[in-house]
Amino acid sequence: MMNRLKQFLISNSVPIVFVGLSALAIPISGYSAGYLVQEMITRLARNSFLVLSLLIPIMAGMGLNFGMVLGAMAGQIGLIFAINWSVVGIPGLVLASLISMPIAVFLGFVCGNVLNRAKGREMVTSYILGFFTNGVYQFVVLYAMGNILPVTSPQLILSRGYGIRNAVTLTGLRLALDRAMNFQFKLGDFTVNMPIGTFLLIGVFCLFILWFRGTKLGQDMRAIGQDMAAADSAGIAVERTRVIAIIISTVLAAFGQVIFLQNIGTMNTYNSHEQTGMFSIAALLIGGATISKASISNVFIGVTLFHLMFVVSPTAGKELIGQAQLGEYFRVFVSYGIIAAALVLHAWKRLRERQASRRGLRGETQG
Amino acid sequence: MTLENVVRTDSPPLLKIDGVGKEYFGNKVLEEVSFTLEAGEILGLVGENGAGKSTLMNILFGMPVIARTGGYTGRIEINGREAAFSSPFDAIDAGIGMVHQEFSLLPGFTVTENILLNRESTKYNPLVEVFGERIRALDRADMTKRAKSAISKLEFHIDSNTVAAEMPVGHKQFTEIAREISRDNTKLLVLDEPTAVLTESEAEILIRALRNLAVKGIAMVFISHRLEEVVDLCDKIVVLRDGRVVREAEPKNTDVYQIASWMVGRKIEGDHSRRVDREDTEPILEVSHLWVDMPGETVRDVSFTVQRGEIFGIGGLAGQGKLGIANGIMGLHPAGGKVVFDGKSIPLNDPAHVLKRDMAFVSEDRRGVGLLLDESIDWNIAFTSMQVQGRFLKSYLGGLIQWRDDEAMRDAADRYIELLEIRCTSHRQRAVELSGGNQQKVCLAKAFVIGPKLLFVSEPTRGIDIGAKKLVLDTLKRVNEEQGMTVVVTSSELEELRAVCDRITIVDSGRVSGIRPANCPAEEFGLLMMGAQDIAAAVER
Ligand SMILES: Nc1ncnc2c1ncn2[C@@H]1O[C@H](COP(=O)(O)OP(=O)(O)OP(=O)(O)O)[C@@H](O)[C@H]1O
Ligand SMILES: [Mg+2]
Repeated sequence: MMNRLKQFLISNSVPIVFVGLSALAIPISGYSAGYLVQEMITRLARNSFLVLSLLIPIMAGMGLNFGMVLGAMAGQIGLIFAINWSVVGIPGLVLASLISMPIAVFLGFVCGNVLNRAKGREMVTSYILGFFTNGVYQFVVLYAMGNILPVTSPQLILSRGYGIRNAVTLTGLRLALDRAMNFQFKLGDFTVNMPIGTFLLIGVFCLFILWFRGTKLGQDMRAIGQDMAAADSAGIAVERTRVIAIIISTVLAAFGQVIFLQNIGTMNTYNSHEQTGMFSIAALLIGGATISKASISNVFIGVTLFHLMFVVSPTAGKELIGQAQLGEYFRVFVSYGIIAAALVLHAWKRLRERQASRRGLRGETQG
Repeated sequence: MTLENVVRTDSPPLLKIDGVGKEYFGNKVLEEVSFTLEAGEILGLVGENGAGKSTLMNILFGMPVIARTGGYTGRIEINGREAAFSSPFDAIDAGIGMVHQEFSLLPGFTVTENILLNRESTKYNPLVEVFGERIRALDRADMTKRAKSAISKLEFHIDSNTVAAEMPVGHKQFTEIAREISRDNTKLLVLDEPTAVLTESEAEILIRALRNLAVKGIAMVFISHRLEEVVDLCDKIVVLRDGRVVREAEPKNTDVYQIASWMVGRKIEGDHSRRVDREDTEPILEVSHLWVDMPGETVRDVSFTVQRGEIFGIGGLAGQGKLGIANGIMGLHPAGGKVVFDGKSIPLNDPAHVLKRDMAFVSEDRRGVGLLLDESIDWNIAFTSMQVQGRFLKSYLGGLIQWRDDEAMRDAADRYIELLEIRCTSHRQRAVELSGGNQQKVCLAKAFVIGPKLLFVSEPTRGIDIGAKKLVLDTLKRVNEEQGMTVVVTSSELEELRAVCDRITIVDSGRVSGIRPANCPAEEFGLLMMGAQDIAAAVER
């Protein structure tokens, strides 16, 4: 009994720490319950899809996939074209997603093949690959669009005649999905907006993941995630399956970025995608996931806790030390810190497991 | 010669091995091996550790290691057609199933998922039209049914929902066999020491199951060092010595001792010398009311005391908890109770602590993971001791610089290569290139070199051939005497315990049913194993 409790506390230590931090910070920040509930609903709707897209590569044993940044870029390119052709509302978002899809498939294919050459070092490799692809993306968006690619809308193009503006307002697309099926309810004297449509999509995604786990492909991914050599000797096409895992993740991340940006309403052409990867991964880890194991509940717990800190820490920082900036530092520090910690923790755990499995067999006299 | 022509008119044999030879880097390990096997026949393949049994089966199964090391000579035919498989998949397609000496189960998968790995039952759904066959959903119900039917052929109960990592070793073995026979086209099953990790009663169940499979027409090559079961099960026995077939015999015309002498090329004496009675010294290990939650080997309430310098045996029937004791004390499974070692009590469930206290454990489950496979024998034997005790190091400049003492490492390795007769080209040979039995000898040598105050050894002679068993036991005794090392041996072979131990405790239903000096008559131990303490006590009186 004691043991099981201890085990529970150890394996959920990260979310527990964050629950504790929030419990301290919320009263200091002085926000009302209604406000916080609204913020959490908005942010869950905005981010969950992106974070969910990380789950499938983890299942295939490929760790936390920074390759999702590639998908985010594809989503942004899709949005640029939708705006260029002034397709608004839900059709605009669908169009953006459709355009982003082949791009995401292609980028995912490349990424998956690169990762197959770097087995066991997927996280670092995909991170670096993100940098590299960012260069290509900038070239396309900054030079090719308006020059080679038919993008003409003055709303998008810089005054020099080619290249996309740094900040693009998503006119006609802003909140198109969130407002499509809005539901309002009162909490205290605060009116809370609930974007039912977005949550429906997220729900469908969750069902997809659950269903996918039960398909042959999903089963193969789980097998590869546990033991690549054993899966290989059972005749499972390991490399091909890994590529598919990354492609699925990249495409879903592209959709996720479209959902994310329609909620924000403006797109920072050259930055939006960069933060996407870091913040999604941090959120998932805070939700209690590890590099080798993540569930749907980790996603929702993680998004909630991470963004709760996001919302309350600046004001809490201001109230405590008189500096809102502190909260800002804090959350950047937290996201990088949590990722670094997760990597170290994972390496340590792996070492421990290996030692444990050897210990019994080797007659070592030291742990 | 004329007879042969008559036989020829029959259909060709299921398997024909014809003049097969194999060299590893100039080291001949198989030469001119020939035999045939008919459908439904069981062939026993026996030989000393390193005789070439596994190598021959690897050739048959198309294992990549064979092609990588220069292929083989000779010819293998299946149903009269040449079968030179370039990969195990070809062999599987041709109807061959193989259970290797090492496990290949996925730890996080259930029994069902493991049995049907990459052969899952699936259901159609419309998305298949877009994304292809792999998006079919798994048909869990049908999978469970198929897995259960494969398991039921073995007549052994395993819950098909158990996760592999949580199963005792024996169950893993049955799962692997179930996987091989669950293929519809399997007509030849190769079993490389399938009983080595099983307890005697589990082995009996397996033997019975294999016999049933043979009746259904599946042919088998059965490799084992337990010669009794080979004689019991097989229709035909092929004896390998140094890579050559020295004898082909029918079990009814021979016996275990004869086979053993063919294997070794000399006579084997059947009895071991028994130890003389020793004086009681002070206790080194006091165990009271120990319980251990080890799957399949639950320990309920066990108390005993081990004297310093003693060899203490733990015996009992399979599944009664004898294996759980060492595992529990070493912290590998949840445990409770009180354990005092060398005057100080030991916290349970803390493996790291136990190891710091100068205890070591050679586990019964030592397949595959016990060694640094890519390193040489001497390195494997010396490494832990170097890391932990700072031995095999030369110091210069007052300890500022420490250098590996290759000479000392070599001497230690050579000593155990000689004592345990580890069959190798030299102490520099990599562990991966050793035969299964010889790898286990290296595992033991490593523990001996560390020389802890107290050594737990479980099933020390599993997978060791009949000739080498005595060597292992003698070395155990020798280390005990020379280094004053206290040893706790757990074994399912009573004779082995009686040969090496001072006192033996018998565990039944997770409790001690009696502790006796090793020279007590075997019947008394037999009674204790049946849980008949009272009768045994009466007999004693
Ligand atoms: N990959 C390899 N490279 C070099 N030599 C090898 C390799 N694999 C096996 N050998 C050698 O081939 C010989 C036969 O080994 P094999 O594994 O066939 O023995 P075995 O009869 O199965 O013994 P055991 O009963 O111990 O399992 C041994 O001397 C071994 O050292
Ligand atoms: Mg072998």
